[in-house]
Order: sequence, then structure tokens, then C-alpha cells
Amino acid sequence: MPIHEKSLIRPENITTHDDLVIEGVDVSGHWSTFIETRVIADYNEAMEEEIAALPGGENIHRCWQCGSCTNSCTVHAIEPRFNPRYWIYLIRTGMESELLRDKDLIWQCVSCNKCTYACPRDVVPEGVMKATAHWLEMKGHVPESPSMIFDKIFTEQIVEHGRIEDTKVLMQFLKRTNQPLMQDWLKQIVMNIAARLPVKWGLKSAWSFVFHPRTRGWKKAGAALQDYIIEVEQHHKAALGAGTSNAASNDNPPQRKLHAAE
Amino acid sequence: MVDVTERAKQLREVAYYPGCALEGSGNGYDVSTRAIAHNLGLKLRDVKDWNCCGAMEVKNIDPKIQTYLSSRVLSQAVNATRNNVVMAPCNGCYHNLKKAEYDLAHDQNSRDVVEKISAKAGHKTYEAGQAETIHALDWIKETIGEEGLRERTKGKLAGLKIANYYGCMYVRPRHIFPEKDQGPGSESTSKPHFMDDLLAAAGAENVEFPLKTACCGGAHTLSDSDMSTKLVLNILQAAEANGAEVIATECPTCHSGLEMHQIRAEKRFGKKTNVRILYFTQLLGLALGIGPRKLGIHTNISESIPFLVEKGLT
Repeated sequence: MPIHEKSLIRPENITTHDDLVIEGVDVSGHWSTFIETRVIADYNEAMEEEIAALPGGENIHRCWQCGSCTNSCTVHAIEPRFNPRYWIYLIRTGMESELLRDKDLIWQCVSCNKCTYACPRDVVPEGVMKATAHWLEMKGHVPESPSMIFDKIFTEQIVEHGRIEDTKVLMQFLKRTNQPLMQDWLKQIVMNIAARLPVKWGLKSAWSFVFHPRTRGWKKAGAALQDYIIEVEQHHKAALGAGTSNAASNDNPPQRKLHAAE
Repeated sequence: MVDVTERAKQLREVAYYPGCALEGSGNGYDVSTRAIAHNLGLKLRDVKDWNCCGAMEVKNIDPKIQTYLSSRVLSQAVNATRNNVVMAPCNGCYHNLKKAEYDLAHDQNSRDVVEKISAKAGHKTYEAGQAETIHALDWIKETIGEEGLRERTKGKLAGLKIANYYGCMYVRPRHIFPEKDQGPGSESTSKPHFMDDLLAAAGAENVEFPLKTACCGGAHTLSDSDMSTKLVLNILQAAEANGAEVIATECPTCHSGLEMHQIRAEKRFGKKTNVRILYFTQLLGLALGIGPRKLGIHTNISESIPFLVEKGLT
């Protein structure tokens, strides 16, 4: 959104009074609009360091706010509130409450890397978006995003089998996000292709669904990966534990365990 | 500068890494790649016991897991052929192998992690430079080339209007593709043209298409379906507005994304588009006179056989 089209005062900070008299002057109604003054005092100075400690966030300190990332952003074109440049600014200045206004948007980055391509300072904004989405989840500010659930199912299958089976990923995802298995558009797709596919093809996909495709001799590699995943997760938690955040809640521990290959 | 003919000769036999998608939803890409290799007399040596490259998902758990997964694929590809070249038709695989190659060459921390996991997994650690990764586009372009295709296809695709769609992973980020943007003859990351070149050599008419490297939202095709549908609809409508009858793809995620969300856009937003979606290998196969079933065109979600019959291409 071009800045001149943006309302600089948020609607909730504008008030009118139905019945108010100040020093004998009636200031009721719309002719006298009040703007709530706002003083920002709740800085979270640890936020930048914490996000920089998560994978992808390493280069956030390089940003000089040119805005090339937002300008080139795929998601921004569809959802104008998706604004990597602004979020990087908020993180670097520690304006946590301001960042939390957009907490349900940040995971929507589609990793197209247009920002990374355009960035003149090698900030890797795509990585920063992922790190920020991680941070929000680990701090308990947001529930696990559908994207994170998908990534976990995917990674679990790789750790276990070495390979992915599309149908299984799809089914598990719909199940874990409590969506009906037969979406209307999925039904349409199945109907479209079922009519012209040879029986052999159907049998083949049924076969790979039941007998998950796997990499021969994967067991040790899978176990090594599982060890590594546990190690990095402890590392990430430690990095965040070192900082102080007023919103970190212990009642809502981040669900980050990968329960594959157990 | 490597001798071009020498290089072309070398690449006639490459290690082939299909990846998970080509064994599943993108099967038509695998079938058509093998079919044109056979037709053109090029040898594909399957990488033995390959694993997933990490796709776009694993890096969000931790990017080094992806570096390891891709490095294992590369280590399996070393010695699969004499020239140690591995060809990956899937943009995701291609991108990840390239990224692993770059990270292992430039980042000590990546090397340490990969070495540690490889040792535990009980295989030799892959070292940067042991193998070279190329895309299916590079492979056809460098072995057969436009001249070769012109001779073999005799302009069979004449009259077919194509929008060439390359997607994100083939060109971005720039630094992992050191061979691109190297002047005349090399691929461009801002305006890629290898697919355009090959299909034009087969006689097709490439339409002006500004969304060549736009994003299809493939990463969130299920987790944020409305976003993906909107992004795909942009691509489909832009192709149609520019007169394309077919969108040529080179990535199984983009391909199935375009197909699925073409249907979803109609169901959900009432926006119907008729442009057909085909892998570039399927189009080249048709140009070489291979039958549509042998190219797996009937396994695409997008229905294009009646159209191809009408165009006299089958």
C-alpha cells in the first residue's frame, strides 16, 4: 500500500465523545475528534538477537530499510499488510507489540526468494520471515501454523523412509489440521483423471500408498537426522531462553517435537 | 572455455535423479523425460538408492538438514557416470542440489554438520566439486541443442502458442547458479529463455509472457490454498491474455500447482481458464513424434489430448 493511502492513525486511537464538556466548552460529537496519545515503552530489546539466533535470521542486522523486499514480494501484492521491510524494522527496534499485530500473517511467506534476489545487502529476508514465524510459535504467541504442520509431516516422512509419498503427506496434513479428506476441488481432480487413467496407474499409486517408497539402507541416516533435529531444537530453545520476553508463556509450550522414527 | 562439442559428447550419458515428485504426482515428467532420452539416444543412469533432497519443507525445520539430504544424493551420484554430472528435472531437486553445492563450498559450518551426519549415517561425506548438477533444460540444450531439435522435429509444433513458465527455484537466489547470467549463450535469471529456445526450435510460437518467474505459491499449496489459488490464477490469466494455448512447465510442483488450482479457482472463485498445462518434455516428445500415452500426457490433471488431436500433434 502506498504510504499516502495509509491511514497514519489507527481507528482505535481516534475517539469522539457523545457528551463531553471541557472548561465550559461542549466538545461532544464528530466536530471535535480526539487522538489518543501513545507512548511506546514496551521495547523488547532481546527480540532481534533471538530471531537472529534462529535459522534464516542470521543476517537481519544488515538491513538498511530500502524496501526492495516488500516491493518485490509475491505475498505483498495480494495481501498489502504483508510487509517484510516493516517487520524487520520492528524487530530491530524491539517493537514487539507492534509486530504482534501481524503475527497471523508472517507465516504466509511462500519462499519464492524474490526478496533475496532483490536485496542489496544480503539480508535474506525470506530466511528472516521463516525465523520470525518460528520465533512467534516458540514464544507461544501463535499456534502452530498450517505451514509448520505440513513441514513437520514432510520431515517426519523423510526421517523415517528417506522419501516422500504425495498422497500420504496430503492425507496426514488434512487429518492433522482437522479438514475433511474429500475437499470439493480434490474430488473434482480425482474425477477428472480417474476417467482416463489406466487401471495399472491406479494400482501403482495404491501400491506406493500402502508400501511407502523408501530409500534402501536409510536406517542409519534417518537415526542420524533424528539426533541432529533434537540437537538443533535444544539449541534453538536455549537461544530463546537466554532472552527475556514478557509474552513468553509456560502454559503454552511450543510443540516442536518431531515424533518420527521412534 | 570448455569445448562445446566435447561437452555435448560428455553429457550424452548423465546420472539421473528423478526425486520423489517424479515418482508420484509428477510422474508424467519422469515418463516423458525418459521417453525423449530414449528417442534422442541419450543415456540416463539412475542414481542408486537416492533419498529426498529436502524439498521446500525441510529447510523450515533446519536448513542444514536439507544440505545433508542433498549432499547424500550428490554422494550417491558421484561415480554413477564417468563425468559425475547429475541431471535433475525437478526444479526443487535442482535448486537444492545447487544450494548444497554452494553452501558446502562456502560455509564451514555446513561442511561440519554434513560431515557429522554423514559419519553417523555411515557413508563418505560429499565434498563440493565432486559432482555437477544440471537441469533437464541444460541437458537437452547442451547435448542436442536448438539445431539438433530443428533437424529432428521439422517444426512439428508450428502454430502452437506457448507461454513458458519457469517458476522460482530455477533462477532464485542468483548466487547458487554461478553459471547463469554469464552473457550470450548462458541462462538468464531475470528473463530465462532456455525453454523458449528449445520449444521455438521445435516450431512453437512463444507468446510474450511476463510471469515466467512468478511464484505459483507451491510451498503453501495445501496450507494456504486460497493464496496459492490467487497466485496461480494470475499466471493462468496472464498466459491466456497473451494468447497462449498451452503453458509449458519444467517443475512438478509448479505443474501440479497450476493444474490443481486451475480447478480450484473455478470451484472457489468462479474463474474459469482453459489454457492447457504440459511439461516441456511432453511437448518436445510430441514434436519428436512420440505418442501422448508414452509421454504420460493422459496422467496430467489438465485435459489436453482432444486439443492436441485437433492440432494434429498426435
